[in-house]
Amino acid sequence: METTINNIELLNGDIILEFSYLLAAIFFVVGLKLLSHPHTARKGNLWAAGGMLLAMITTIFLYRGGADNSTIKPVNLLIIFIAIAIGSVVGALIARRIKMTAMPQLVSLFNASGGAASALVALIEFSNPDNSSALVTLLGLAIGSIAFSGSMIAFGKLDGKIKDIFTKWLTYINLLFLAAVIFLVVFIMFTGLPVETKQILVYALLAMSLIYGVSFVMPIGGADMPVVISLLNSLTGIAAAMAGFIYQNQAMILGGIFVGAAGMILTLLMCKAMNRSLINVIIGAFGGGGAGIDREAGVVKEISLSDAAVLLSYSSKVVIVPGYGLAVAQAQHACNEMVKLLEDKGVEVKFAIHPVAGRMPGHMNVLLAEADVPYEQLIEMDDINPDMPNTDVVVVIGANDVVNPAALDDPSSPIYGMPIIKTHEAKNVIVMKRGMGKGYAAIENFLFFEDKTRMLFGNAKDSLQKLVGEIKNL
Amino acid sequence: MDAILEFFYSNKEAIFIIALTIFLGLEVISNVPSVLHTPLMSGANAISGVIIIGGIILVGHADLENLKEGSNLLNLILGIFALFFGTLNVVGGFVVTDRMLEMFSKKKR
Repeated sequence: METTINNIELLNGDIILEFSYLLAAIFFVVGLKLLSHPHTARKGNLWAAGGMLLAMITTIFLYRGGADNSTIKPVNLLIIFIAIAIGSVVGALIARRIKMTAMPQLVSLFNASGGAASALVALIEFSNPDNSSALVTLLGLAIGSIAFSGSMIAFGKLDGKIKDIFTKWLTYINLLFLAAVIFLVVFIMFTGLPVETKQILVYALLAMSLIYGVSFVMPIGGADMPVVISLLNSLTGIAAAMAGFIYQNQAMILGGIFVGAAGMILTLLMCKAMNRSLINVIIGAFGGGGAGIDREAGVVKEISLSDAAVLLSYSSKVVIVPGYGLAVAQAQHACNEMVKLLEDKGVEVKFAIHPVAGRMPGHMNVLLAEADVPYEQLIEMDDINPDMPNTDVVVVIGANDVVNPAALDDPSSPIYGMPIIKTHEAKNVIVMKRGMGKGYAAIENFLFFEDKTRMLFGNAKDSLQKLVGEIKNL
Repeated sequence: MDAILEFFYSNKEAIFIIALTIFLGLEVISNVPSVLHTPLMSGANAISGVIIIGGIILVGHADLENLKEGSNLLNLILGIFALFFGTLNVVGGFVVTDRMLEMFSKKKR
């Protein structure tokens, strides 16, 4: 049956198709809304997945296009099904098999593949003479490529395959690369070049964007990683939305923008947790300094395993502050074992989670959930800080800058103004560290020199396992 | 300049929607507890795999009878890759998010 609206002939299928896109977009919104509350989160994920499935199925069977304006032909359908089948099997296998501790890498990897898909779609569509929206196509190509290569570098870093490279001049080179990307977009867009020249320049844009993605993530690392990961996530969403414009597809536009906005919030939240602006993180203005207050560096005092065991066992309130060191040492299970033991002895144990602890937003929560720590036991920074003066012992495991009191009282410190977990207000502090190395921000942490602080040097997992043994023997 | 103005004019509805969507996005996601930062990020990441629709359209309407003409073959291959990467993003993203959330809810007992 055909209907005519505004002189456009529509088949019923077209109307159903458009309606399914609207429905899919609504599913995405509801899904993300539910995802932002602990009790409904899992349902929310299913809603979003349902929306995606709906949009895919209706596109496959109802989308009309090509020279004869027909629905997809059987041979093409077969190719589509094979590609989707392979992608699904590979995706599901990786997602099922991977260790929970490799989650930051995995999120980056999936993000990279989304960026690559956007870039490829834009690249193909640019040579399509029917495509009238060159600007969004170019933007989709550039943003998708940056998200792809940037996420691959982030993946390499999180997996420990790529080291941070930071030199001051890289900042300027980055600006240059970014300028080149923007220049190419403007140049292709607004100078009436012949089609063949444009085609060549599009490949130059692709190459330039890929290079910029690499060079932009390269110098950023450590505690800034959560910001970068959520920023890249946001970029992939925007790239998908740009591609959505090419097809005037509401589900793609809405879904993409929605993800872009969500990623942006998370990015800014992470920046706020470090009291730094986004620009500051991207340009990478971290560096030494922080010698403003002339404090006695003093000497650190070590604690023996048996003393630590006694101190912990006879406390009534213990707070554990986990950091990236816990993840590196894979010490989450040993940590939980110690917590269980202490709880059996009647000690109240809580975890204090700093928003930027670890290498991605929420990293510590995932890590500890994997070790079966109930999430009610994980307390956010703002909620635990008032409790600090009543805490008998704070155990800092592999965290550094997030407990540095210089953030509160040393205006010359690079991290001044960053909200921290106020461990220095607790009665006793035990710091587990591999050595006296400085944190990511490369600044001295005066918490370590305080009278109430005792250091327990060594690999966090070994230390915790030995500590468990000591506590058992008490 | 004309191209920009033309773009704005011909996409005015979409731009309206985008402006509102951004606000909706900010409204919906604000105040997320940090427990959910990672699942939210990977769930959102899976949604950005909506680009898969573009892949379906590209491969679906690739001209299989005239593969040797112009860049048809190259486009088909790139399109298949786009579809593969998009699916990887969508399926992998949703599955891993579910796995993470399952892990969270299991602890509630």
